Amino acid sequence: MSRIFGVLGLLVVLYALLGRSNPAALEWGNLTDVANIQGRYGVLTIGAALVIIVGGIDLSLGSVVGLSAVAFGALMLKGVHPYLAGGLVLLLGAAVGGVQGGLITLLRLQPFLVTLCGMFIFRGAARMTGGVVSRSRVADAQPAFAGPLDSLRWVLVGKDADGLHFPAQFFLLLGLAVVVGFVLHRTAHGRYWYAIGHNEQAAKYAGVAVTRQRLVVYVVCSTLAALAGVLLFLDMPSVQSDSAGANLELYAILGAVLGGCSLRGGEGTAAGMVLGAMVLPVLENLVGLEGLSSDVIPAVIGLTLLFGTLVDELIRRRGRG
Amino acid sequence: MTAPRLAARGVRKRFGGVVALDGVSLAAAPGEALAVVGENGAGKSTLMMVIAGVYAPDAGTVELDGRPVTFAGPGDALAGGVVLIHQELNLAENLSVRDNLYLGRERTVGGPLRILTGGTKATGLELLARVGLPADRLNRAVHRLPPGEKQLVEIARALGQTCRVLILDEPTSSLTQKETDRLYEVLDALKTTGVTILYISHRLAEVKRIADRVTVLRDGKNAGELAKADVSHDNLVRLMVGREVTTLYPRTRAGAGDTVLSLADVRYRGGPAAGVSLAVKAGEVLGMAGLVGAGRTELSEAVFGVRRLTGGKLTLDGKPLTVRRPADAIAAGVLLVPEDRRLNGLVLEEGVGDNLSLPNLFSLSSWLGVGRRAEAALHAAMIGRLRVKTPNARQAVGKLSGGNQQKVVYGKWLARTPRVLVLDEPTRGVDVGAKAEIYALIDELAGRGVAVWMISSDMEELLGLSDRVVVMHEGRLAGTLDRTQLSEQAVMRLATGG
Repeated sequence: MSRIFGVLGLLVVLYALLGRSNPAALEWGNLTDVANIQGRYGVLTIGAALVIIVGGIDLSLGSVVGLSAVAFGALMLKGVHPYLAGGLVLLLGAAVGGVQGGLITLLRLQPFLVTLCGMFIFRGAARMTGGVVSRSRVADAQPAFAGPLDSLRWVLVGKDADGLHFPAQFFLLLGLAVVVGFVLHRTAHGRYWYAIGHNEQAAKYAGVAVTRQRLVVYVVCSTLAALAGVLLFLDMPSVQSDSAGANLELYAILGAVLGGCSLRGGEGTAAGMVLGAMVLPVLENLVGLEGLSSDVIPAVIGLTLLFGTLVDELIRRRGRG
Repeated sequence: MTAPRLAARGVRKRFGGVVALDGVSLAAAPGEALAVVGENGAGKSTLMMVIAGVYAPDAGTVELDGRPVTFAGPGDALAGGVVLIHQELNLAENLSVRDNLYLGRERTVGGPLRILTGGTKATGLELLARVGLPADRLNRAVHRLPPGEKQLVEIARALGQTCRVLILDEPTSSLTQKETDRLYEVLDALKTTGVTILYISHRLAEVKRIADRVTVLRDGKNAGELAKADVSHDNLVRLMVGREVTTLYPRTRAGAGDTVLSLADVRYRGGPAAGVSLAVKAGEVLGMAGLVGAGRTELSEAVFGVRRLTGGKLTLDGKPLTVRRPADAIAAGVLLVPEDRRLNGLVLEEGVGDNLSLPNLFSLSSWLGVGRRAEAALHAAMIGRLRVKTPNARQAVGKLSGGNQQKVVYGKWLARTPRVLVLDEPTRGVDVGAKAEIYALIDELAGRGVAVWMISSDMEELLGLSDRVVVMHEGRLAGTLDRTQLSEQAVMRLATGG
């Protein structure tokens, strides 16, 4: 529980700095802009965090986001209806998770290696699928799709031709967090995941279907990445296959760790995942408002995480006495 | 009398609010073996760590050859000739025996470059010879050695330094009888060279064999001392527990009933070609004896679904039983208390309650999730029934003493209706008080018709608790002994294939 207060404190400080830097930054317009990005990061963070809880890691998330976004556009260009295309992309994500999870659980390959390979493979697949896809290209090629695409965008991203109206992606994240929170903290499955992350052997001896539970988590994680890919496509003016979603796997892992997940597995809460995912977009916003070049962002991210890790470790050592 | 080689006087040590040592004293002469005995939590290990410089005492002194010493750390103690060998071995498993023998004091040239030189072979071989290990072990990787040889390598490493006091913390808990015997011989030889030995143990037979004197600790204080001649089970237990324990092995159960679980020609992956057949009856405690490596644990794991069965038949209450995974066995009421509770029995980081719930979550769940009230009731019932000493159900189970941890492993299964309880080393690393409670529980369960299959390497427990004993030797059943035939000799003859 104390881990949540850490990230909560960090967020309060960041928002305060945001307000000090430019009072306008705390107005509805900017906050919803930030919240919308937080929402998309959060969807990914939840996926990454669940995998981390069962003692794994997923480095392929960013590439799966890119592949999904590109595949979503490419399918619609080929004449697949947006709703159907969205569904297919989510299935693609589930399949990706099934294959990677299968290699990890059934063949007992190391998650780091499997998903590192996945990172390259899915990025390659995205680049082979198409160079640049965008809503405007889809609308040009398939005029009938413009309507459904606009409504999808309105519901999932909260944007229309005039821009952002409400942080739909953040609301999506909150809804997702409630579901994940219920599963994690109130059902047998969640308990199993924590137990597997802490001590796979003990879980197995208690009758837990360790392989199946892990596999499910990998499928959920990659499906969430595919969902984030769809969101990315809907949000952005255009999506480039070689860069879309790049580094997002690291942002997601970062969010999970800031939110209280231990890379050793077995730790983490749904609320922490949401809070952890909120940090980076605020940080990026702050860097922008301070008039700093975006080149400093990676260094700021790294320092923030390092600082967070240090504080967390110090708190834990004190707690141990 | 000359000054003792090692003396501790009025040592006190507290951790937070817990007083681990409350003015403990002991003394040992050169060449003397002093056994330190006590229940878990009595302060034995803490005292040893204070002596070996791991902890600094809050009060009191440690004296070496009459001079007070203050070790700044284990390295300092090592330099002073005090060597502590932990329960968990401290060898670099991936390195060779030779590298381990010289780890931390490699012979090097080139100043700060620390280029390794040879010249360790002759002395390394000599060290191995002193602990009775063959010369071909020198360049073997440690992880390829059996546990007993690892222990001997640790001792050889200690001998490579000036060793004046050797402290062993339950050294035989993972050793076979043969390895244990060899360890005794090595220790005997060390004593004749004037090394003082402090020996922590739970096992009476061991204490009698090795120690010249026994000092008993209870609740962080000296509870008494026994000369070698006075060491007996009753004397030791009385000092350890602080009261008379008359019936360690109660027998309130009636006779055995019908066969509950039977194994017919059961074979499993990685096991011997010949199958094992045996039957466990309702209301009986079937002991299973054998040396370490006789295949007892493997057989039980195969029946429980952890290992793949490759042949033979399981029958439960006369009906065929198919077990592909632990969940199948658990659903049928065949429940395993595994040998290594820290590895397989418990999620140490999680709470007592979470551990009790883990195998029972589905029966505690509705479509609204896990029922909190039902769960709390289960936790309270189990903690109460098994008398688990824990501040609350949220306490991390890893922080409890061994005996209380073991009780939680039993508690996981008691929420169900066990048909067959498979106990693999039911009281390993458990203090006498908790042992008595566990034995009473086993007796009670058998009395209610549960078939108990108890694998044990603890001869006393095997002879005291079993109604019948089957003995395994190299993966097959070497024989069955009923209660009238039971004796340590009979068991050992079968176990060694004689």
